[in-house]
Amino acid sequence: MSFSKLPKFTFWRGVLLVILSAGFYSSLLRFTKGLGAATHLTDHFPWGLWIGFDVICGVGLAAGGFTLAAIVYVFNLRRFRPILRPSILTAFLGYALVAVALLFDLGKPYNIWHPLVMWNPHSVMFEVAWCVMLYLAVLALEFSPAVFERFKMEKPLRLLEAITIPLVIVGVLLSTLHQSSLGSLFLIVPSKLHPYWYSPLLPLFFFISAVGVGMAMVIFESNLSARAFGREIEMPLLAALGRAMGGVLGVYGILRALDLWRRGALVPLREPSTETLLFALEIALGVLIPLLLLLVRRVRENRQGLFAAAVLVISGFLLNRLNVSITGLEYSAHAHYFPKWTEVSVTLSMVGIMFLCFALAARYLNVFEAD
Amino acid sequence: MSMAILMDTTRCVGCQRCVVACKLVNGLLKSSPSDFLATDALQPLSPDTDLAMDESGDEELSAHALNVVQAHGSVYIRRFCMHCQDPTCVSVCPVGAFSKTPAGPVVYAEARCMGCRYCMMACPFGVPRYEWNRVWTPRVRKCNMCAPRMTKGLKPACTEVCPVQAGVFGEREDLLREAENRLRQEPTKYVQHIYGKQEVGGTSVLYLSAVSFEALGLPANLPHDALPTYTYRMLSEIPSVVTLGGALLGGIWWMTKRREEVAKAEKQERKAHP
Repeated sequence: MSFSKLPKFTFWRGVLLVILSAGFYSSLLRFTKGLGAATHLTDHFPWGLWIGFDVICGVGLAAGGFTLAAIVYVFNLRRFRPILRPSILTAFLGYALVAVALLFDLGKPYNIWHPLVMWNPHSVMFEVAWCVMLYLAVLALEFSPAVFERFKMEKPLRLLEAITIPLVIVGVLLSTLHQSSLGSLFLIVPSKLHPYWYSPLLPLFFFISAVGVGMAMVIFESNLSARAFGREIEMPLLAALGRAMGGVLGVYGILRALDLWRRGALVPLREPSTETLLFALEIALGVLIPLLLLLVRRVRENRQGLFAAAVLVISGFLLNRLNVSITGLEYSAHAHYFPKWTEVSVTLSMVGIMFLCFALAARYLNVFEAD
Repeated sequence: MSMAILMDTTRCVGCQRCVVACKLVNGLLKSSPSDFLATDALQPLSPDTDLAMDESGDEELSAHALNVVQAHGSVYIRRFCMHCQDPTCVSVCPVGAFSKTPAGPVVYAEARCMGCRYCMMACPFGVPRYEWNRVWTPRVRKCNMCAPRMTKGLKPACTEVCPVQAGVFGEREDLLREAENRLRQEPTKYVQHIYGKQEVGGTSVLYLSAVSFEALGLPANLPHDALPTYTYRMLSEIPSVVTLGGALLGGIWWMTKRREEVAKAEKQERKAHP
């Protein structure tokens, strides 16, 4: 056997190998010693990285799928089609990651099917569970043409084409519901969540920022995959998307400012605190700076400029979700939480596996249709 | 008929008998049950019952301590589940593992639970605890107001063993009246507030105190609305979001498609008749 058949050992493959080994050890720990041994979670801080990042950020980052599906099919802007399929794939992988993360985080993962039969329509979590489950199925169907094309299966392809529009509309509705509901999850902790982040408008903020970050993710992925697969980048398309993203950021920024002002939540800004620092960082990185960048046409239509704006929007989004689900709750819990390395390694492993799956799909399936 | 517990922190002497009785009936004693006591959680108890007092001393609620006595200066306060009238945990649990029984207790069905811990996140009093170190069968743990004992006509163990009547068990309406009486009779002794009468829509555990409730570790920033109303307001919008949203998206799709068709037809027309 010749060694040339083995995959080449590159830097990034080495990094992935280290991450996956650590993740494997942490998974063993989680499923043989329990959550207590594998995490820094406590009675005072029952939700950590696996919920705050994997689930709450993960679902948001996958919002590019429904945003682009709506742009292409509902608004009939067909020119965005070339970047639709990679976005659907990313969304599908993102939601799959959420499902796997839940298996790690749930105390009794073998009961994950319970919401199917044990209903509590008063629970936001119940609604999220159903929406995520159904939307995962929708995403699988939306991406499946890539698989059917590969195996030249005409019948299912024709069937899927016939139901595309209803499928997309159902997907957009499900996304609208659960993207906003991730914010509603925190409506029930008015006395615990810091006033910077607690607002009756949380569901609306979560929805709008998900649309914004969905667009940022599409720009981000297009850049990465153009580099990785040596493809031309669809710059005019992405610039148009960047302009739309600027609009979304503007609406989001104005609404948040009005809400903060109306609730009088800006008073603590005068005292320096961890919360104030993180809040300022979130707003500056995720809203103000990218908005200014996107307002300038030269920046928007420049590959590096647009990429920078997208990266900023994504970082601000991550900060926002982690602030709502972790930092903003620390002050009332009188507890400090910082993830254990095992938690981090599981999360990184899942992100790594996502990249791997994307690369495999890009190699063996027709992900970039235009080519 | 909804039962409740009235806690008068001015009476509590911090003897911790309630703490040990709770461990006894919930099978949480570290040592095996002493020679004097049967393991039966449903036995009658009294202020004279011999309890394994060396098992007391927990300062914080945990999976092994569902009821603790905390000292704040010279004042003692017993903390346990507040058994809200409209409980947050009941509302947030996606699989309905919690329920408020008509008799008053908020109880937990471990067979339903999938361990998402939203109840712990959401509880305004920070009561539910988790068995973090059980690998496959971790449970949420909290006081159940001795619901099994209540069905046998017995009182919650903590109230049975109290030597000074700091915690009394009775119908919520009666206890509210009793609390108001005490506030009226000794207006200078008590803070003129019954904690739990209105907090988060009312609780089935009521507190009286001579010092501020906040100083005793009870959250002071709770609204008088039942918290489930905050999320249910959103959830009840779902049907309209789905119907309106569906119609809107369908409408936009139809319009954009129609526009495309018209544009195409016009183009052909122009080609045919230049």
